[in-house]
Amino acid sequence: MNWFISALTSGVGRKVIMALTGLFLILFLIVHLLGNLQLLKDDGGQAFNVYSHFMAHNGLIQLISKLNFFFILLHAFVSYTLYVRNKKARPVGYKVNGAAANSSWSSRSMTLLGTLIFIFLLVHLQGFWYAFKFGSGIPTVTIDGVEMHDAYKWVAEAYANPLISGFYVFSMIVLAFHLWHGFSSAFQSLGLNHVKYTGFIKALGYAYAIIVPGLFAIIPIVLYLKR
Amino acid sequence: MNLKLNIWRQKDSNDKGGFKTYQVSDVSPDMSFLEMIDVLNEDLVKKGEEPVHFDHDCREGICGTCSMVINGRPHGPKQGITTCQLHMRSFSDGDEITIEPWRARAFPVIKDLIVDRSAFDRIIQAGGFVSVNTGGAPDANSIPIAKEVANEAMDAAQCIGCGACVAACKNASAMLFTSAKISQLALLPQGKLERQRRVEKMIWQMEAEGFGACTNTGACEAECPKEISLVHIARAHREYIAAKACSKNV
Repeated sequence: MNWFISALTSGVGRKVIMALTGLFLILFLIVHLLGNLQLLKDDGGQAFNVYSHFMAHNGLIQLISKLNFFFILLHAFVSYTLYVRNKKARPVGYKVNGAAANSSWSSRSMTLLGTLIFIFLLVHLQGFWYAFKFGSGIPTVTIDGVEMHDAYKWVAEAYANPLISGFYVFSMIVLAFHLWHGFSSAFQSLGLNHVKYTGFIKALGYAYAIIVPGLFAIIPIVLYLKR
Repeated sequence: MNLKLNIWRQKDSNDKGGFKTYQVSDVSPDMSFLEMIDVLNEDLVKKGEEPVHFDHDCREGICGTCSMVINGRPHGPKQGITTCQLHMRSFSDGDEITIEPWRARAFPVIKDLIVDRSAFDRIIQAGGFVSVNTGGAPDANSIPIAKEVANEAMDAAQCIGCGACVAACKNASAMLFTSAKISQLALLPQGKLERQRRVEKMIWQMEAEGFGACTNTGACEAECPKEISLVHIARAHREYIAAKACSKNV
C-alpha cells in the first residue's frame, strides 16, 4: 500500500486526483443541468417536482450524491494542499510580472475561481439541499396522489429575489472561467495529449465552459423575469 | 539609445537584496542584451562600483547559462530565444527595463542575477541517463529508430536546462524540464530499460527540491527558448502513472 499512498500524495498524483474528480464533477453538471432545465417548462412546476421527488427518494441516486459530495470535498482539499505547496515554491515574487503574455487569466486563477465556487456551493446547498432535507416550511403539492415538496415554488420564490438570482448568475460566470481551463487541463494531467485529439478536447472544453454555465444561468434569469 | 535599468542587486545568499536604478546611454540597437549589461558594467568598474553579476557562457543560445527575467518575462519579450540572443533593437529609446533573477525556492540567489540551479543537476542525477557498459563505440544505426520517434525525442532533447520554465511558472514548477528528459529517454530504445525507475526517481527528486506542481497554465512552453511542448509533460504523467501501477518498486 505504501507505493499507492506515495503515488497519490506526490504532486503528480494529486494532479491526477484533481483531474479525475474534476471530470466526475463535469459529468455531474450535465445531469444536474438536464434536471434543472425542467424549471423552464410551462407546467406550473409539475415536471420539476416529480423529478425532484424521484431524485430524493431513489437509493442509487442518493448513493451517487454522497459520492458527489465526497468528490467535491476531495477536489477542494487536494487543490488547497497544492496551492500551499505551490505558494511555498516561490517565496520571493517578481516586481514586474509578465504572466499575461504567456498564459490565460483563468489558468492562473483556478484557486480563486474554485474558492468562489465553493462559497457558492455553501449558499446553494444551504438554500436548497439543506432546506429540503432538514428544513421546515417547504410548501407541498400532491401530484398523481403523491404528496411531495413543491420544489418549483421554493426555487421560483428564491429567484424572485434579485440578490439571489444575481448571485447565481455571477457564480455561473465564475464556473465558466473555471471550466475554461479545467476541462482540457484534466486531460493533460491524465497524460492525454495527442496531436490527433487534443485540439478537439480543447474546443469541446471551451464549448462546454460557455454552454453549460450559460444554460444554468438562464434559469434564474427566466424565473426572475416571470416573478 | 538611452535606457533606464532597474536591476536586482544582492550581495550574497544571506543579503536581503533590492532594486537599484542605472542609466545607460549610447546603447547600440545591434548589441545583445548581455553586451548592453557589459557596457553598464565597464561603466560601473570605472566608477569603482561593484559590477552587476550575471550568468553567461556561450552567448549563442545553446548553453542555457544566461538567466534573467526581463520586464517580467524569462529571457525577455521575444519567443524561442535566450537572453544572449535578445537584441537591443527589441527595445526603444527611453525604455525602462526591470531585470530580476529567476525566482524559486529551489533556485536560491547566489549574487545579483545569478541563481543556484544545481537542483536541476540533482534531478538529472536521479535518473536522467541511460546505463551502458563502457568499451568500444557501438556501430552507428545498429538500433533502428523510426524517424518520427527520433524527431520527437530530439525535440525534447533540445532542453538546455536554463530554468526559464521554472521562472515563468506561477508555481515555480520544474515539470517541463524534468518531463523533457523523461520523455526523450522514454521514446528511445536505449532508455526503455530504465524507464520506470527513471520517472519515479526523477519526479521524486523534483518534488524534494521544492519545486511547485504543474497546473497546466502553459507559461513554461510559451517562455521556453527551445519551445519544448507540453506534450512531454503529458508523456511524463503517463510514464509516472504506468510506473506507479506496474513497477516492482513497492
